[in-house]
Amino acid sequence: MELMRDLAVQGVQMALVLALAPLLTGIVRKCRAHFQRRQGASVVQPYRDLARLLRKDVVLAENASWLFRAAPYLVFASTWVAAALVPTFAVGLMFSWSADLIAIIALLGSARFFLALAGLDVGTSFGGIGSSREVMIASLAEPAMIMTVFTLALIAGSTQLSTIAETMTFAHVGLRVSLGLALVALILVAVAENGRIPIDNPSTHLELTMVHEAMVLEYSGRHLAMIELAAQLKLLLYFSLTGCVFAPFGLVGPESPPWVYGTAIAAYASKLAIGAPLLALFETTTAKMRVFRVPGFLGAALMLGFLGTLLLFVSRSL
Amino acid sequence: MAISFSGIVALLILSLAAPAIAKWRIASPTIYGAALVISAVLFVNAALRVGSPAADCVLPLGLPWLGAHFHFDSLAAFFLAVTNLGGAVASLYAIGYGRHESAPGRVLPFFPAFLAGMNLVVLTADAFSFLLAWEFMSLSSWGLVVSHHRNSDNVRAGYIYLVMASFGTLCLLLAFGLLAGSDGSYAFDAMHSAHDHTLAALILVLVLLGAGSKAGLVPLHVWLPLAHPAAPSHVSALMSGIMTKIAVYAFIRVVFDLLGPPDWWWGVLLLGIAAATTVLGVLQALMEHDLKRLLAYHTVENIGIIFIGLGLALAFRANGMVFAAALAFTAALLHVLNHSVFKSLLFFGSGAVLSATGERDMERLGGLIHRMPQTAFLFLVGAAAISALPPLNGFVSEWLTFQAVLLSPALPQWGLRLIAPTAGAALALAAALAAACFVKAFGVTFLGRPRTERANTAQETDRFSRSAMIALAAICLLLGILPGLAIDWISPATVEMVHGQMPVQRFLPWQTIIPIAQSRSSYNGLLVFLFIAASACLAAAAIHRFASHRLRRAPAWDCGTPSTTPLTQYTASSFAQPIRRVFGSVVFRARECVHMPAPGNTSAARLEVEMHDIPWEAIYAPLAYGVSFLSERLNALQFLSIRQYLSFVFLALVFLLLVIAIWS
Repeated sequence: MELMRDLAVQGVQMALVLALAPLLTGIVRKCRAHFQRRQGASVVQPYRDLARLLRKDVVLAENASWLFRAAPYLVFASTWVAAALVPTFAVGLMFSWSADLIAIIALLGSARFFLALAGLDVGTSFGGIGSSREVMIASLAEPAMIMTVFTLALIAGSTQLSTIAETMTFAHVGLRVSLGLALVALILVAVAENGRIPIDNPSTHLELTMVHEAMVLEYSGRHLAMIELAAQLKLLLYFSLTGCVFAPFGLVGPESPPWVYGTAIAAYASKLAIGAPLLALFETTTAKMRVFRVPGFLGAALMLGFLGTLLLFVSRSL
Repeated sequence: MAISFSGIVALLILSLAAPAIAKWRIASPTIYGAALVISAVLFVNAALRVGSPAADCVLPLGLPWLGAHFHFDSLAAFFLAVTNLGGAVASLYAIGYGRHESAPGRVLPFFPAFLAGMNLVVLTADAFSFLLAWEFMSLSSWGLVVSHHRNSDNVRAGYIYLVMASFGTLCLLLAFGLLAGSDGSYAFDAMHSAHDHTLAALILVLVLLGAGSKAGLVPLHVWLPLAHPAAPSHVSALMSGIMTKIAVYAFIRVVFDLLGPPDWWWGVLLLGIAAATTVLGVLQALMEHDLKRLLAYHTVENIGIIFIGLGLALAFRANGMVFAAALAFTAALLHVLNHSVFKSLLFFGSGAVLSATGERDMERLGGLIHRMPQTAFLFLVGAAAISALPPLNGFVSEWLTFQAVLLSPALPQWGLRLIAPTAGAALALAAALAAACFVKAFGVTFLGRPRTERANTAQETDRFSRSAMIALAAICLLLGILPGLAIDWISPATVEMVHGQMPVQRFLPWQTIIPIAQSRSSYNGLLVFLFIAASACLAAAAIHRFASHRLRRAPAWDCGTPSTTPLTQYTASSFAQPIRRVFGSVVFRARECVHMPAPGNTSAARLEVEMHDIPWEAIYAPLAYGVSFLSERLNALQFLSIRQYLSFVFLALVFLLLVIAIWS
């Protein structure tokens, strides 16, 4: 019975992230349109786009290899597994002990590795420019993220995301300098990893500075749908991560009565509903950076994360 | 132990027999086949010996009345298993690869000798036989480095290697001299107590120089990216994957075993050097476009990761934190095993590319995934493993190292508390840069369109080479999804060196690994692998069932302006250009200069990049200049008259008599 319930909660979580990811993107786009005084597409437009892409043929470049065809599924699978391991509404998920926060970041790293390879596969200059810039951004964003994880892990005494979330909820962690630094670093990394303004612009093509879109330029049909869905899942993952660590309200533990899950899901939805306009506002009020300004932006994230960790080495109470 | 000795003797006989039969047509398969069998036996013997009680033996060899001491404990058994696993797959690979060898007579005699030398180093237990075996290993590998001696680069690499190896041995000789104390007790057993503990710091520095120069610690790494790629590829794999680990073994044996209780600042020294090694190694690899040299620079990086683990283990041990020390030490040993596996795999892959196309320069390759699909897949597994991507093995050891770093706030000393997170940050940076580097290495070599005709007409490699690579790729996956078994296997060696061990992992459900406690951290490679496989299959099945599964081939889109020439693709240099701009201006003092022709002039624009190898220019170039300057000055002494020589002799005599007079 216990096992059945744990399995059900884990299953609900996996389905939930998959179902909510396009909606979140739709809401962010709608809010952005609103801030820019545009009408904007409906919030369900990303679902329609995915359905349309799935129906279409795949047009494959003549010299594309098996890697190019396998990569969308690998990227999607790693991102989905990573997103399913981050607590959204419940902690102590059945499989949460199979990977801690470091492993979740490494899973996203795997997804990026294969996507960057796919960008090089056809042998076009656009694919190369995208891959090359993507790995440059990742080479700074990933260590910054690990440093943020170090900060959280040292406060909670664990790299296990469920334990970190529980510590943040129940233990009196209080306001700390290191947590503030970690939050800023996490947000900077999240902006860069999801290719949002000011790092990259997800809604443009043919811009000299584009990164993600250049990398996936040769993809079409169902392959493109997989990659888009993976990108949406990644955005949701960073929302859930920020929510469960820095706003751990309404998370339910493993031993809760069933009716609590309803309120927990509502709490999660409200976190997304608050976060999405904030992201849209941030994107509307900042300008896109030149690509070689990005290292400065991410270097700041890396240094903030490192500083947060060092503070905890100096004193456990900072 | 008897099996080990007979194996080593058999390898030596093989080596002596090789020149006689090298002219035969089947010489190369015979010798490599025999080396494969012997190494496999030695591997099984060593792997089963981990955890058995230590065995000692004294043979009447070497110095009269002293004999040669041998000691076979779990640490030695672990390193012997790593060595002979590498030796066995390298021999298997070479059965096929050796056929392309233009001068087998220059490779065949040295190859078994090299294997025997590495085995001997690990088994010996007195200073004399250790140094003898160490020099034997260095010299036999030197013979392999200069086997293609008509290439002047290889000769230069061999020369630098020889100089660095002599320097390393000199340092080890002095270290053993200090360890032996005033009684001259050369056996390791007697060294535990013989040395003056106030000299321990000096011994540590000497061992760091001696073993570190062989392992490739910055700034002693300069020979490594020259010498490792110069040898034939199966030997490159042995030198990079295995011989550097023998140096790690020497370091562990002296510092953890013979040197007695450590001081806390040793950890600071080690972590600082290791962090610099890790980051500099991977950055230099990123700037490289010679495939084998890129892999050699990655060896420098991975040695840095191993030494981060060892440095943490020393720091924890100095403070009596036994469990943390065991965790850090296990992480280091696991990375020794992992790195030997994936580095051999990658060198084998690069060897297959080299024999298929005759090219090591990535900028002249491309598109090989179509011509060599199996090699490409196996190289991809190795690339993912070295980039620390789950669920492969590289991730597990780096994850354990991160867990060890997270235990370091409990250390009492400030120096350690500042250097430990720095080393952790260096490790995180290096892991991300390694992934970038292998996207470059795999992408430019195997993906895209062929850049030259030779890349376009490459053929898949032979089946022996492929089976060696398949074996290693399978080990990469197995160690990644069942790391608990490897951790348990290593634990007797940790008990010997740091007197503690990690909790037993074997009986945990689903083969999870839990270094300290489940609420702290846990990782389950098996489940992560199954999850990814299941969700990828589920997604693919659902899409092909419910959505479109049609597919059309068309010319590449490339925003409507596809180019016809493969020269417009990104190359290794252009791929690394953003990273060069970010890190290179500091680390390599890189300068870019664009020469644009004047308006109206139709000649091509030029981009010039200037980069500096700082360790080389700051240390080695002045040193070499000084030596040659001095020898030119001293050269004049060779052309004196007999009177002048006699007066020198007289002056020397007077000087020595004065010294004695003042001394007494």
